Amino acid sequence: MEFTEKQVGAIKFTLFSPETIRKMSVIKVTVPDTYNEDGYPIDGGLMDQHMGVIDPGLRCKTCGGTVHTCPGHFGHIDLVRPVLHSEFARVVAVLLKVTCSSCSRALVKKGAKDTFGELLSEDELLAQMKKTKKCPYCGAKQEDIKYEKPTTIMEGKRALLPIEIRERLAKIPDEDLELIGMDPESARPEWMVLTALPIPPVQMRPSIILETGERSEDDITHKLVDIIRINQRLDANLNAGAPQLIIEDLWELLQYHVTTYFNNESANVPPARHRSGRPLKTLSQRLKGKEGRFRYNLSGKRVNFSSRTVVSPDPNISINEVGVPRAVAEELTVPIYVTPWNLEECKEMLKRTEYPKIVYVTGKDGRRRRVMEKNVEELLAALDVGWVLERQLKDGDPVIFNRQPSLHRISMMCHKTKVLPGRTFRLHVAVCPPYNADFDGDEMNLHVPQTYEARAETEELMLVERQIISPRNGSAIIQPNEDHVSGAYLLTRKGVKLTKDEATRFLGAAGIYELPEPEKDGTYSGKKVFSMLFPKDLNMEYKTRLCKEVNECSKEKCPYDGYVIIRNGILEHGSMEKKGYSGLILEKLFNDYGPEVAREFIDRSTKMAVYSVTHFGFSVGLENYKLDKKTLEKINEIRDKAIKEVEGLIVKYKNKTLPRSPGKTLKETLEEQIMMVLNHARDSTGSILREYFGQDNTSIVMANIGSRGSILNVIQMAAFLGQQAVRSKRIKRGYKGRVLPHFKIGDMGAYARGFVGSSFMKGLTPTEYFFHAAGGRESIVNTAIRTARSGYMQRRLINALQDLYTDYDRSVRDADGNIIQLRYGGDMKDPMRSKKV
Amino acid sequence: MGKKLIDSGEAVGIIAAQSLGEPGTQMTMRTFHYAGVAEQVPTGLPRLIELVDARREPTQSLTDIYLEDEFVKDKKKNEEVAAALEHVSLSDVCAVTENFAKKELRIKVDTKFAQTKGITVRDIINKIKEVLGKSGKIKSKNDQILLHINATYQKLRRITMKVKSIPLKGIKGLSKATVVYNEKTGEYFIRAGGYNLHDLKKAEHVNFSRVYTNNVREIEKHFGIEAGRNALLKEIRQVMDLQGLTVDVRHIMLLADAMCSRGMIEPVGRHGLSGRKSSVLARAAFEETVKHLVNASIEGEEDPLNGVTENIIIGQTVKLGTGKVRLIMRQ
Repeated sequence: MEFTEKQVGAIKFTLFSPETIRKMSVIKVTVPDTYNEDGYPIDGGLMDQHMGVIDPGLRCKTCGGTVHTCPGHFGHIDLVRPVLHSEFARVVAVLLKVTCSSCSRALVKKGAKDTFGELLSEDELLAQMKKTKKCPYCGAKQEDIKYEKPTTIMEGKRALLPIEIRERLAKIPDEDLELIGMDPESARPEWMVLTALPIPPVQMRPSIILETGERSEDDITHKLVDIIRINQRLDANLNAGAPQLIIEDLWELLQYHVTTYFNNESANVPPARHRSGRPLKTLSQRLKGKEGRFRYNLSGKRVNFSSRTVVSPDPNISINEVGVPRAVAEELTVPIYVTPWNLEECKEMLKRTEYPKIVYVTGKDGRRRRVMEKNVEELLAALDVGWVLERQLKDGDPVIFNRQPSLHRISMMCHKTKVLPGRTFRLHVAVCPPYNADFDGDEMNLHVPQTYEARAETEELMLVERQIISPRNGSAIIQPNEDHVSGAYLLTRKGVKLTKDEATRFLGAAGIYELPEPEKDGTYSGKKVFSMLFPKDLNMEYKTRLCKEVNECSKEKCPYDGYVIIRNGILEHGSMEKKGYSGLILEKLFNDYGPEVAREFIDRSTKMAVYSVTHFGFSVGLENYKLDKKTLEKINEIRDKAIKEVEGLIVKYKNKTLPRSPGKTLKETLEEQIMMVLNHARDSTGSILREYFGQDNTSIVMANIGSRGSILNVIQMAAFLGQQAVRSKRIKRGYKGRVLPHFKIGDMGAYARGFVGSSFMKGLTPTEYFFHAAGGRESIVNTAIRTARSGYMQRRLINALQDLYTDYDRSVRDADGNIIQLRYGGDMKDPMRSKKV
Repeated sequence: MGKKLIDSGEAVGIIAAQSLGEPGTQMTMRTFHYAGVAEQVPTGLPRLIELVDARREPTQSLTDIYLEDEFVKDKKKNEEVAAALEHVSLSDVCAVTENFAKKELRIKVDTKFAQTKGITVRDIINKIKEVLGKSGKIKSKNDQILLHINATYQKLRRITMKVKSIPLKGIKGLSKATVVYNEKTGEYFIRAGGYNLHDLKKAEHVNFSRVYTNNVREIEKHFGIEAGRNALLKEIRQVMDLQGLTVDVRHIMLLADAMCSRGMIEPVGRHGLSGRKSSVLARAAFEETVKHLVNASIEGEEDPLNGVTENIIIGQTVKLGTGKVRLIMRQ
């Protein structure tokens, strides 16, 4: 490992002067061609070996390096007539506008004052100069200067030639440039008119050899060929004394090629095209945009020591762990630095022939060698302090695990390796929420940190257990889910009694080998068994989701077991459900006892919960949603009453006796009321279903304890789906006066406009199915649009705020040290640690 | 207390941006409806984007107006003031048709509707006279007003536009004022579409110190940057609350403070915060790559390499978090 000792302090951006271009050039390119028939680079051509080599076996004629060692060198072309650099043309026009056409002095003298006697600011000066029509130095009258895209500058009615422009710019004195706001040291204006053009090294524009053996040149090389060719023709014509018209035509053509060489998408310029008709990708296009140099290669970097495969769940590993397939573990390596203290250990490792073994060694000479049976002895003998061994990944190694899109920092967390058979990464289901992962084919990435610093930081800062609390709002994001919650609820319900044998199994599943106090009858209560997971001094009291919000809370006498009391680590009253189990308790453990305790609680309790779910049995089937005749009739009655009501509203609307709500048309009022009536009808079936199914129906239980689904899901399966909506309104588009040809024209009734009166159990009629699909499509389209929009917003937010940090005084500052907040958040508290519990 | 302090060097900006951006994918795009005032008030993601853009003209502005203390519980008075505040222009109560051949404008007053707004035909004629002066002849009969103007067609069209936009009453910019009952305080207030704090200041019976608009730029303009920052904070919080998303205030505060850090509300993006960064590389890597490189070279700009993007680009440690700490060895 090399350590960089030098840092880049700053980067200055300047223009090249023609002298600099020639000085740094290693060759003047004169031949508009690349390779000869034998496939060798032509001397003086665009692939001249002075500018670097891309073919193996050849050596650079400038530095003598090979493909791997030569960094490439610039060449140049001398343009026989100067041309404007298209990207600077606008600036050149401004400069000509603010300087005298005959003496090239700035059109306002330094120290100019406004009508109030105040010194003019830079912007005011410029504005003043643009308006001045007479030179304050030589008194020459100034003609109007107009810039026409892309490279034409008109003076009055005459287009200025680049030669004239260059002469004028060259005459502007340095002090006047400073007045205008330019830095003459780094950018003399005449340098914006090109007389010499740098040719980038071959490495920047390598040619590709196609399967046919043909060479295909880079777009930039193509463009350079064009430039040199026209440059030569212009030269020949000049020397032959050709008529002015021809010269100007060629000059114009040279300008066109140089313009498109820099930017092939500039306005008012037809893009230069490849033989195939595809526009060429020239310099600007290389830098720009998402796939450009900046965003694709400079801001985003590719890495080694990484791996990607499908993820699958494993409730038996810790949340801190990740199951890594053996095949992956054998491929990825961790460097070990040989020191006097681990030399013997390293020797032992090097001798190994089976996993985990040493794959590579790097000696003091910096040469990296693969360890093979043949050379083990030799390497063992030479092994010494300072060597680096690369060992296969093994259990306990910290790795960074990641799932895209990486929307927040907990999309990348540190897990400890656990090598497992199989071909997928395994992760604990409780860590799914931060990654937003599921197991329907999701793939995730794994990175192995390669230095001790990196390993230490990933372990200390990024380890899963430290991310249990989300920095977004201070509440738990790594939490027991779905079946975990169901399992914990089943165990901690009122009156759960376990035999000693059962209790042992429950606790054993969680890795606890003690028993709690038995009840008087020798059984063990579920609550006490679950309490074994709590620290012995945990005290809590809270209302759960099961709480019915009755007028007066009866606390420990709550008939729904909705009030939790934990005294000295014993759950005395109340049952576990989402709010407490996955929220309050977890957060309390994290805040008061630390990440390790919280992690252990998740690890153990989820295992116990999974055992609990399998012990008690918890499944959902058609039986959950079957209604008897009486209940079905009740529901149908509600539904039909609502439909009658809708019809009543429509009659009122047609009679114009419907009272109009303020700010709305009559029709809007009607639509709004219909929506209200129908939605209310659907929601009101909830209580009937609850009553009929009782508290034992698994689907209702899940909705109540918050482990999965809601009462709406139950309603839609057992009662009816209700009104379908597009853009929050009843569906109305389709045929003239009706949505589908199944209805009468002008029918405004519930069924004609997207009301679904069937349940998923019963099945939908064809028209209902259509309406449901229309509503479903809208939500799919919305999701697609939303992801794109919110993605861009997040990119902008990140870019705007990324440099902000808290300083040692807890003030928030930006990259330049400007204060954004005097105290972070007004109270200097960390959102992650400051949620009130 | 000490345990809960934020760590020094923490990249709080990135955390705030992520905390605000990540829930964006979960937000709805539906618009909100204020009865009687405005049809489509954006909520959720579109509204958040609007706020972050610091738009001068949001899709739908609203203004809440409370009356002076003695009238605040008086529904009638509220309705009176609401009617007086609502802006009515000539084209709201009249149909204007041009007759180019006769060079005249035919203005038909919707008397019934005008009456509800408390406007008579006489009022309208007076207003037209006021605006046009002597340039036209006015004849009127019942609800018809005939305007004869001797001018070119183009001028006639221009005058039509002018006539149509003649303000008859109310405060410019405020439309559809309705009275809303605040159940919590037992007070009434007027909710109007649009905004115009400048003219509201002079409005009768209005308690100007309680006027609020959801247009943050308007608030900034009239009450200064601190008020603007608080309005921005309040609005973003409201978006999050309405969506049922919990985001710590500190993140929102940081965004609001960053947007207001230069004494004006600047948008997040290339025309605001990101566009004014001191680093050339950071700007070039964000948007408008070529423009930034070209301008930097002309001005001979120097990139001090203090930010995140710049250091990633050149492959150096980013000066945040653990990268911020430096050790100096004693010689």
